[in-house]
Amino acid sequence: MKNKIIGNAAVVVSGLATLLIIAVLVYMLTEIIINGRNYLTWEFLTQSPTEGMTAGGIFPAIVGTVLLVLIMSILGVPIGTITALYLSEYAKKNSVFTKLTRFAVNTLAGVPSIVFGLFGLGFFVQFIGGGMDKVFSAPDQVVWAQPSILWASATMAFLTIPVVIVSVEEALRSVPQDYRAAGLALGATKWQTIRKVVLPNSISGILTGTILAIGRGAGEVAPILFTGAAYFLPHLPKKLSDQFMNLGYHIYIMATQSTDVEATKGIQYATVAILLLVTFTLNFAAVTIRFRIRKKRIT
Amino acid sequence: MDKKPKIIVENLQLFYGKKQALSNINLTINEKFVTALIGPSGCGKSTFLRTLNRMNDLIDNVKIEGKVKIDDEDIYDSYQDIVALRKKVGMIFQKSNPFPKSIYENVAFGPRVNGINDKTRLDEIVERSLIRSALWDEVKDDLGKSGLSLSGGQQQRLCIARALAIDPEIILMDEPASALDPISTAKVEELIHELKQMYTIVIVTHNMQQAARVSDFTAFFYVGELIEYDRTTKIFTNPSLKQTEDYISGRFG
Repeated sequence: MKNKIIGNAAVVVSGLATLLIIAVLVYMLTEIIINGRNYLTWEFLTQSPTEGMTAGGIFPAIVGTVLLVLIMSILGVPIGTITALYLSEYAKKNSVFTKLTRFAVNTLAGVPSIVFGLFGLGFFVQFIGGGMDKVFSAPDQVVWAQPSILWASATMAFLTIPVVIVSVEEALRSVPQDYRAAGLALGATKWQTIRKVVLPNSISGILTGTILAIGRGAGEVAPILFTGAAYFLPHLPKKLSDQFMNLGYHIYIMATQSTDVEATKGIQYATVAILLLVTFTLNFAAVTIRFRIRKKRIT
Repeated sequence: MDKKPKIIVENLQLFYGKKQALSNINLTINEKFVTALIGPSGCGKSTFLRTLNRMNDLIDNVKIEGKVKIDDEDIYDSYQDIVALRKKVGMIFQKSNPFPKSIYENVAFGPRVNGINDKTRLDEIVERSLIRSALWDEVKDDLGKSGLSLSGGQQQRLCIARALAIDPEIILMDEPASALDPISTAKVEELIHELKQMYTIVIVTHNMQQAARVSDFTAFFYVGELIEYDRTTKIFTNPSLKQTEDYISGRFG
């Protein structure tokens, strides 16, 4: 009798907890769509903010976000993938170096994003950028030693590298050991086995990792606060040393720094809707690609 | 038929970390004969097989002492090219492991990594290998089909074709039929008979009847040692040692 009551209680409690999660999500989405829907127009997507950001669109922020994740992926995904390859295929499982690398990856994954932002400012903007200016730029001219889309992307790349490493390594682990043995036994070198057998069979994991990293990067604001995001720019970034606008940062600016916060409310909701749309789409794409390639492998 | 030594093993010892898995193995394997390695699980016969193409190198902490000479060259000499060795010594695994590629690409894998990309030559190699592995008639109209869509027995013969495609001289088989039904097993055994015309074959098997049926020589391993090695007919009818007799008659192991 007592056990039965406890059993029923467990069903009710776990069911309620699940319901709560769904309710929060539904509430959030409805709130955003109801308050933002009047602002979600074609003009909103294709125009720059006007009148102190109380009107107009978010076009530069969309472009800035896309460029940011693009450059971030070009910088971060290869490094992450190659590190995962090393850890999974070449490294001796129990060597000190491997353990140290793993420890570094896990620690990096747990570092708060604002710390990455500060690191980016100190390392990329001041140290690397300053060094580049000394070598490449005219005296007293500052080109690289200031926040820019390049440094913001580089900072963001470091934030997402652990995500890439973990998902690529998982994908590499899912390739049966038998395939590696077969490749080597056929006189393929280790690299040939990796390139022709291991990588083609883990491509879905690599893609998923990339997309998850992009999804993470598209939503983060803290790392780009000091490294490249602009309050407001009338034009789009044209060079790697330009600053840029960003969806997440734009929301923060409108909510806290605007001269008339009330007037931007609708725009804020609409911007949040777009940001969510971007991250949801990326996550959905990751899941779909993984599913498709898995299915293809079985047949 | 004349015996000509192909592989000569001298004082071979193998350690996994501190644990000794093979002790003092001396054995001569003859060219174009089938040699069966038998013994209870964990006796070291598979480990021994993998020393012949240095697949044990893939495992961390393995230490090997002694000599394994193939055609009078010690394959454990430091100047030895392992990739070249594995082209000469092909291997068939216990679990058939075709790549998730087409039948054609599975067989063409070895030649391709060896730099053969000419379509006509590849076609020729694929056909010849599949004929030799007795799979050609069953798949010739469907070479583009995934290797994984074949039945278990066909998959194993595909793996044999894949190994033959790089023109090995020696073929190592690690319980190649243990996961197959009796009909597929019979086909693989028949195939082994055919293949020994051209190749030196070393086969690990748990199945006494199989060893008796397919092999010319049999080596009996027990706890990391080679107990007895002789003609298969002798081992199975009149072994010199009581231990061997007990094992093949099913009294232990």
